[in-house]
Amino acid sequence: MSLPDFGFYVLCATAIVLLAAQAVIHPGEFVQVFIFGLTQGSIYALVALGYTMVYGIIELINFAHGDVFTLGAYVGSAILGFFAISEGGFTTVNLIALLLVFPAVMLVMGGINVAIERVAYRPLRNAPRLAPLITAIGMSFFLEGVMFLWHGPATVHFPDILPKAATTVAGVFFGFKDVFVVVVAAILVALLAIFINRTKLGKAMRATAQDRDAAQLMGIDINRTIAATFFIGALLAGAGGMIWGLYYNTVYYQLGFRSGLIAFTAAVFGGIGNIPGAALGGLIIGLIAAFSDSYIGSKWTQVVVFGILIGVLVFRPTGLLGMRVPEK
Amino acid sequence: MALLELEGVDAYYGRIQALRKVSITVERGEIVALIGSNGAGKTTTLRTISGLMHPTTGSVSFDGREITHTRPSKIVELGICQSPEGRRLFPRMTVLDNLVMGAYTRNDKAAIASDMDRVFTLFPRLQERRTQIAGTLSGGEQQMLAMGRALMAKPKVMMLDEPSLGLAPILIETIFSIVREINSQGTTVLLVEQNAHKALEVANRGYVLETGVVVQSGTGRELLASEEVQKAYLGM
Repeated sequence: MSLPDFGFYVLCATAIVLLAAQAVIHPGEFVQVFIFGLTQGSIYALVALGYTMVYGIIELINFAHGDVFTLGAYVGSAILGFFAISEGGFTTVNLIALLLVFPAVMLVMGGINVAIERVAYRPLRNAPRLAPLITAIGMSFFLEGVMFLWHGPATVHFPDILPKAATTVAGVFFGFKDVFVVVVAAILVALLAIFINRTKLGKAMRATAQDRDAAQLMGIDINRTIAATFFIGALLAGAGGMIWGLYYNTVYYQLGFRSGLIAFTAAVFGGIGNIPGAALGGLIIGLIAAFSDSYIGSKWTQVVVFGILIGVLVFRPTGLLGMRVPEK
Repeated sequence: MALLELEGVDAYYGRIQALRKVSITVERGEIVALIGSNGAGKTTTLRTISGLMHPTTGSVSFDGREITHTRPSKIVELGICQSPEGRRLFPRMTVLDNLVMGAYTRNDKAAIASDMDRVFTLFPRLQERRTQIAGTLSGGEQQMLAMGRALMAKPKVMMLDEPSLGLAPILIETIFSIVREINSQGTTVLLVEQNAHKALEVANRGYVLETGVVVQSGTGRELLASEEVQKAYLGM
């Protein structure tokens, strides 16, 4: 075992022992924090998937992705405004609005992301790596600018339309919202897995990510598969934005900067380019952030999360589930 | 008219000229070999045909249709498929999925299934290993998969780039006998090889490339007998 690997395992073991101690001493609080971490992590996972899929196929860190996620919440809030929803309770109108608006926001964000790829990244397909990275940062500022002009710098209210139902089991609070977030994220990740592994277009996306020239030689239109990757990444980011809004009922234009970086950390943690890795990384980062919030202090959470990013890059650049299959 | 024809093709990598006035014809049903040393422009010629690169001057035509500036996916649809140098499999996909990707441009399910059977008859090893991840196959199996994958496109012309590279002599024999079989089943073959001797043995005709220029051409037998070819490529 190499020294970096050893360091990695020692750190993991220490963290697990400390958490286990907490779990034994204050089980109720531990479970509560765990549930919160799981909901956070589900959202990070949805956003991290978009980072990792785009990185996998064109080796671009799409810095605008976090803002696509935020814009999803903005768009969702705007469209919900057209419905006669009632906040604070759950009505049939709320349910209908939710069923219509949720997929609509996903599709709108998918379309926007395809357009972003078309104008900001495709023209630079064969340019040096740094060029699309810079347009990605530019695109991030552009989207934040759009949201700033739309609603200004203050936080924006997102309609509170989910049922308030909740139960308390052994002192632990379970809200409907928590269940909703985790279940919806799990369904979307499962659909993504089916799409990627079973459909022809999904396989073509993987083929393009693994060897772009060979994919072209098989007759795969790589412009189409790359556009599809951006589309699907944004479907998930849009869903993430909707879920965020429904859960917290508040968004602001720079949300994507911080959450985007955390989701990006999750993607790197799982092994950038690795799809199951991003989902797992999102969940783990969400849990770590939640534990850090309550056991260390929320002002330290960013330090912890980005410390992990640095640690992974230094000690384990391929991430938890990085590519290990030999390539001859 | 020739099935595949390159006429006066010039191609560049940036400012470096890789092909100079290359003219090559491949007739229906032939095996044509392209031989030459490293950097002679053999792979570039294939890339130009596949549409991964476009000539600056000259033209490429296939089956009576100009394809000089056609995009690669369209060229596969028209009936040219390539088994590229270094296999270029999709390393983290299964053998089966690699073959499915070979048939990407086709929608005729029944015909795809029967071509899959044909590939498994040609390469029984692939059938045994169909659920294995391609990156974990041996070199010979990877070459078989690369050829099988190209066949799945049901090409009129199959281009093979260095199929014998890095393989044990006994496997090279197998690969070349399969090339012959594929050809006898009606697929035209354009073969790029450093193993000039083997290539010229199976080929009806051959071209010799040197620094991007066709310096010699003739039937396989003529080239095998040619003094320059013997000296430069056959080590005699």
